[in-house]
Amino acid sequence: MKGSVGPIVVILAALIALWYAAAVPMNVKEVLTQAERDGAVVQPASAAERRDAGRWALVFGNLEHLGATWSSERSRLPAPHQVVMELWDSTWVEETTGRRGIVRSGSFSNRSLVYHGGVTLGATALGFVIGALAGVLLAVGIVYSRVMDMSVMPWAIISQTIPIVALAPMMIVVLYSVGLPGLFAKAVISAYLSFFPVVVGMVKGLRAPDHMQLDLMRTYNASKSDTFWKLRLPASVPYLFASLKIGIAASLVGAIVGELPVQRGGLGARMLGGSYYGQTEQIWAALFVAALMAALLVWFIGWLERRTLNAMGVPS
Amino acid sequence: MTVISATSLDLTFQTNDGPVHALKDVNLEIGKGEFVSFIGPSGCGKTTFLRCIAGLEAPTGGEISVNGMTPDEARKARAYGYVFQAAGLYPWRTIGGNIRLPLEIMGFTKAEQAERVAKTLEMVDLAGFEKKYPWQLSGGMQQRASIARALAFDADILLMDEPFGALDEIVRDHLNEQLLALWARTEKTIGFVTHSIPEAVYLSTKIVVMSPRPGRITDVIDSTLPKERPLDIRDSPEFIEIAHRVRDGLRAGHIDE
Ligand SMILES: Nc1ncnc2c1ncn2[C@@H]1O[C@H](COP(=O)(O)OP(=O)(O)OP(=O)(O)O)[C@@H](O)[C@H]1O
Ligand SMILES: [Mg+2]
Repeated sequence: MKGSVGPIVVILAALIALWYAAAVPMNVKEVLTQAERDGAVVQPASAAERRDAGRWALVFGNLEHLGATWSSERSRLPAPHQVVMELWDSTWVEETTGRRGIVRSGSFSNRSLVYHGGVTLGATALGFVIGALAGVLLAVGIVYSRVMDMSVMPWAIISQTIPIVALAPMMIVVLYSVGLPGLFAKAVISAYLSFFPVVVGMVKGLRAPDHMQLDLMRTYNASKSDTFWKLRLPASVPYLFASLKIGIAASLVGAIVGELPVQRGGLGARMLGGSYYGQTEQIWAALFVAALMAALLVWFIGWLERRTLNAMGVPS
Repeated sequence: MTVISATSLDLTFQTNDGPVHALKDVNLEIGKGEFVSFIGPSGCGKTTFLRCIAGLEAPTGGEISVNGMTPDEARKARAYGYVFQAAGLYPWRTIGGNIRLPLEIMGFTKAEQAERVAKTLEMVDLAGFEKKYPWQLSGGMQQRASIARALAFDADILLMDEPFGALDEIVRDHLNEQLLALWARTEKTIGFVTHSIPEAVYLSTKIVVMSPRPGRITDVIDSTLPKERPLDIRDSPEFIEIAHRVRDGLRAGHIDE
C-alpha cells in the first residue's frame, strides 16, 4: 500500500495540471466576452469574428485576459479549485450556516450534497440488496434447473443490451405513475443493473467445484442441500464478491440515472439541474461526490470480502 | 465371504475421438478383509475400475456387486470410504473440518464427531493439526488428512487411488506400515491403486496386474507373505519372488501390444 502512494500522487498531479491547462481554451470565449463587456480591448474585437475563431488562436491573441479562465462565473470547464470550493460550499458551508442546513433547521438542507448524496445512497443500497438477492437466487436456479439454465440466461443477457438511459425514463415514469415511492422506483433501476453481474459471477462460482470435489460428496451420498451448503456455496464466495463489487458500482449508476428524469433530489437530479442552469461547478461537484461514493462502496465490499475470506481460512 | 465381485465387466467411454475401451471383460472376486492392489501402466483403467466399485462410473456391460448390492446401492448405504488420487481437501475448512465433513453429512452427533476427528487424526499422525488449514500443511500431510477423512466414518471397505503417489520414499514407507497396521486392526477390505511394485507386494494379499488398450486384468497374484510384515520383509527371497512375478506380468502386458 505504502509503495503505491508515490505513483498515485504523481498521476493525480498530472491530471490536475491537465485540467487547469484544458480550462484555458475551454473558457476563453466566455471570458473574452465578459472582458469586452467590462471595457477591455480583446483580439479580435467583434463578437462574430471571435465566434468563428479557433480557441487556441483566441488564447494566444489575448494572453493578458487568460487569468479569468480559472475564476469565471460561467465557465464551461470550471477549474479544480472552483469545483472544490463548490463542494465545500454545498456541503459544510450549506449545512453549518445555511438557513435550511442541519445546524439551523435540524435536518439536512435540500440544497446540500450531503442530502442529495444520501438520497442516492439510499436508492443505491436498496437496489443493490434487491439486485444481489435476485442475482444469487437466479444463479441457484440456473445451476440446479436445466429449464432455468436454458430460459433465464438469454433473457438476462438481452436485458443488459437495452441502453439503460433509454429505458430508465420510461420505467421511472411508469413506476411513479403507479404510485411507487421514488426510492423504490430508483431502486428498481439499480437492481436491474446490479443483478446481472451477480448472476454471471455466482453461476460461475456455484459451478466452480471440480469433478473430484463433487464425486467426494457422491461417495458420502450427500443430499443436494448438503452439496449446496457445504461445497457449492463456499466455493462460490470469491466469485460472489468479485461480482458484488461490479454490482454495487452498477447500482450507483442505476440510482443516478433513475434520478435524471425527475427533479426530486439525488445526485442525478443535481447533475441534470446543473446542466439546465449552466451551473457546471454543480455538475462537477455532484460527479465528484458520486465518484467518492462509488469508491467507498466498492471499498466496503472489499472489506467485507477480506473479512469473509479470512473467516474461511484463506491467507490474506 | 465375497465383498466385491465383478463378472465380465465392460466399460467404454464415448469421447469426441471415438470410443475408449477402458475396461474389457474384467473378472475379479475380493473377499472380506482382503487387501487388493491394482497395478499397471497409466491409462489401463485402474481408476476406472475403482470408480465402478464405488458407483461413480456406470459399466456398459457385465455385472458388479458390492456387499451383495449394486455399487450404487452400496454407495447410498455408505459402504466405503474413498481416497482420491489428489488430496482434494476443501480449502475453506480446517483439517478437522474436512474430516468432520462426512460425519456432518451422515448425521453423527457433535460429541461423536469430535471424538472421531480426534481419533482419526491420531491414526494418521496429524494430532495437533486439527485447526490448521490445508494450505498450511505439506502435500504429504494433506494426503494423510484425506485418508483420515475416508476413515472417519469407519466404512468396512476402503478404496484408495494412488494415495501415496506424490510422497517421498521415507514418508511412504511410514504410511505403508501404518496402513497395514490399520488394516490388521480393523479387518477392512481395501482396494488400493499404485504404480509401485514394492508397495503393491508389501501391502497386498492379492495383486491385480492390469494392461491398457483395452484395459483388462492380465494376472492376479495371491501373496504368500505372512500377515505380519515388518519393513525389512522387502529383502526376503519370498518378497523378491513375488515382485518378479508382478514385473513379469507388467512386461507381458506391454509385449502384447
Ligand atoms: N471420464 C472419462 N471420459 C473418457 N475417457 C476416460 C474417462 N475416464 C477415463 N478415461 C479413459 O479411460 C482409460 C483408463 O483411464 P483410468 O483413469 O482408469 O487409467 P488409470 O489406470 O487410472 O491411469 P493412471 O495410472 O494414469 O491414473 C484412459 O484411456 C482414459 O483416457
Ligand atoms: Mg488413475
